[in-house]
Amino acid sequence: MALTADDVARLAGLARLHLTEAECAALAPELDIILSSVDQVSAVAGEDIPMMTHALPMTNVMRDDVVTPSLTSEQALSGAPATEDGRFRVPQILSEEA
Amino acid sequence: MTEMTLLTKPAHELAALLRAGEITSEELTRVHLEQIEALNPTLNAFLAVDAVGALAAARDIDARRAAGEELGPLAGIPIAVKDNFCTRDLPTTCGSRMLEGWLPPYDATVITRLREAGLVILGKTNMDEFAMGSSTETSAFGPTRNPWDTDRIPGGSGGGSSAAVAGFLAPLAVGSDTGGSIRQPGAVTGTVGVKPTYGGVSRYGVVAMASSLDQPGPVARTVLDAALLHEVIGGHDPRDSTSIPGSPTGLAEAARMRDVRGMRVGVVKELGGEGYDADVEAAFLGAVELLKEAGADVIEVSCPHFTYALSAYYLIHPAEVSSNLARFDAMRYGLRLGDDGTNGAEAVTSITRGEGFGREVKRRIIIGTHALSSGYHDQYYGSAQKVRTLVARDFDAAFELCDVLVSPTTPTVAFRLGERMDDPLAMYKADLCTIPSNLAGNASASFPVGTSEEGLPIGLQVMAPPLADDRLYRVGGWLEAVLEEKWGGPLLQQMTPLPETKAVFA
Repeated sequence: MALTADDVARLAGLARLHLTEAECAALAPELDIILSSVDQVSAVAGEDIPMMTHALPMTNVMRDDVVTPSLTSEQALSGAPATEDGRFRVPQILSEEA
Repeated sequence: MTEMTLLTKPAHELAALLRAGEITSEELTRVHLEQIEALNPTLNAFLAVDAVGALAAARDIDARRAAGEELGPLAGIPIAVKDNFCTRDLPTTCGSRMLEGWLPPYDATVITRLREAGLVILGKTNMDEFAMGSSTETSAFGPTRNPWDTDRIPGGSGGGSSAAVAGFLAPLAVGSDTGGSIRQPGAVTGTVGVKPTYGGVSRYGVVAMASSLDQPGPVARTVLDAALLHEVIGGHDPRDSTSIPGSPTGLAEAARMRDVRGMRVGVVKELGGEGYDADVEAAFLGAVELLKEAGADVIEVSCPHFTYALSAYYLIHPAEVSSNLARFDAMRYGLRLGDDGTNGAEAVTSITRGEGFGREVKRRIIIGTHALSSGYHDQYYGSAQKVRTLVARDFDAAFELCDVLVSPTTPTVAFRLGERMDDPLAMYKADLCTIPSNLAGNASASFPVGTSEEGLPIGLQVMAPPLADDRLYRVGGWLEAVLEEKWGGPLLQQMTPLPETKAVFA
C-alpha cells in the first residue's frame, strides 16, 4: 500500500513535526521506496521468533532512595528559550478549540 | 624532533615524551591548536574549539606532573570530542540547528572520565545531524572533508572526529557508533575506530539517538592508542542503566601481543560480492591471506540473516529515534520558533521541529512514527525486532566456531561529496557490514588494511562476541604491525599532505 502525501501529513501530526505540503509530497515517494525495501523483514520474521529489544538481557537497575546532588534550578533553566520567576515560560498549553 | 613531527606521533609516544619531561602538555596542545587553525577552514572537522580551556587544562596537568603527582597513561594528551557528547563549557549541537549554541549544564560520563584522566579537550567535532548519516553531509553546519581527498566524504556520522585524527588535528578522538558511525569513518580515513560491546562505555550525557544501538568509542591513529583510550572511557556507570558491570582490561596488552596463531577467524560469506568495490574486496582478501600465513585458522561462515540486517536496522533505528527526539519540543532547551503569542505549545513545538530539523532527521522521524503506529507496529517494528533475534543467533552460531569474524568495514572507498545525497538507499548501504554488530550488541572495530588503486583508504572490520573486546585489539595490533612493516610506515604516511598542514613525519 503506497504512502501518500496525506499519510505523511498525518504522521507528521503525530510526530509534532510541521511539514509543508511540498515536503509531504516529496517525502511520500522517498519513504515509500525505503519502506518497500525494508518490508522484506516481515518475510523472515516468523511467528515463533521472539522479539529482541536489547543487545543484552536487561534487568531493572535500582538504587537507594537517597537524595544525591543534581542540577540546581539555575542550571536546569540555563538552556531555556524563556524563563519567568525561576520557571520555564512556555506558550499556552491548552488551546481553545477552533 | 620538531614541533611539526609531534603532530604525527601516536598518542602513546607523546605520552612517553610527556612522562620523560621532553615536552610539556602546553606545548603539545598549542601545536595542535595551530594545526587546527591552519586546516579547519579546509576540513571543517571542528565546530567549536576551546583554545583557552585546553591550554588551561594542559598547564594544570604540567603543574601536577612537575609536582610529582602520579598521572594516568594518557594524561596531557589532546583529544577531540564528537559534538553529541555533553560538555559543560562547550556548545553541544549534535550537528543540528535545534541545539545551535546550546551549553549543557553537565558533562557526559565519558567527558568526566577524560578530564579525570588528564586528557586535554581541544573542541567538538562535526557530525551528521543527530548522528543520522554516513557522510557528515547532513550536518547543519556544513560537511567535513576527507583529508585524503577534500572532494570526498570523511564518513559519518562521526566524520569530524575521524577527519581530525587522520588530518593530524588531534591525536585522539571519541565518537559514537549506532550503525557504523565510528567504524565506517575509520575505514574511509585510514584510522582506527572501535565500537565497544554495548554497555561497555557509558551513554550518560551522550545525546540519545537509538538507545538500544548507540555506543561511544575511541577513534585513533594506532591500535594501541585506541586500546588505551578505551580503557580510560570504559567501565560501569551507575548513571547508565544499560551499563555492564566491571571495567575493560587487557586491551592494551592485547594490542601489543602481535600474535594471532591459533585464533579461529570466520570470513562472513554474506558481507561481500555485489555492490562491493573490487579494490575493497582485494584488500580484504589480502588481509585474510596474511591471517592464514600468520597461523590463524581461517574458515568461511554463513550468517544468512545478515542480508536482512540493513532493513531491520532502518526500522528499529528510526523507531527509537522518533521516540528519543520527541524531547526536542522547544520547551526546556534548544531552539524555539513561532512563539508569537498566537501559537499554543503544540504549534510552537511543531513549527520549531519543522524548521530546526534537517531533511534526513525528518525522514527518519516519519519512518519511525509510521513503524510504531497502530496498525503497522507489528508488521514493521515487531518484525524488525524478530530479525534482530535472528541476526544475534547467526552471530552466536558463528562464534561457536570462531573467536572473531572479519569482513570489509564498508563496501566502497570514500565517495564524493554530494554523490549519494539524493539516494537515501545508496547512502544507507554504507552501513551494510557494520550494522549487524549494533543489532547484536557485540564488539567490533575497523582497522586500516590498505588503499585502493586511486589511493583511498580501506578498512578491515573485526567482530568479537560481547565482552571479548580484547580480541579486536589482538587482531588489530597484529595486522598493524605486519602491514606497517610491508608499507615502511603507517598508512597515513601515504596520504598526500594538505598544502596548509603543519604536520610532518619524522
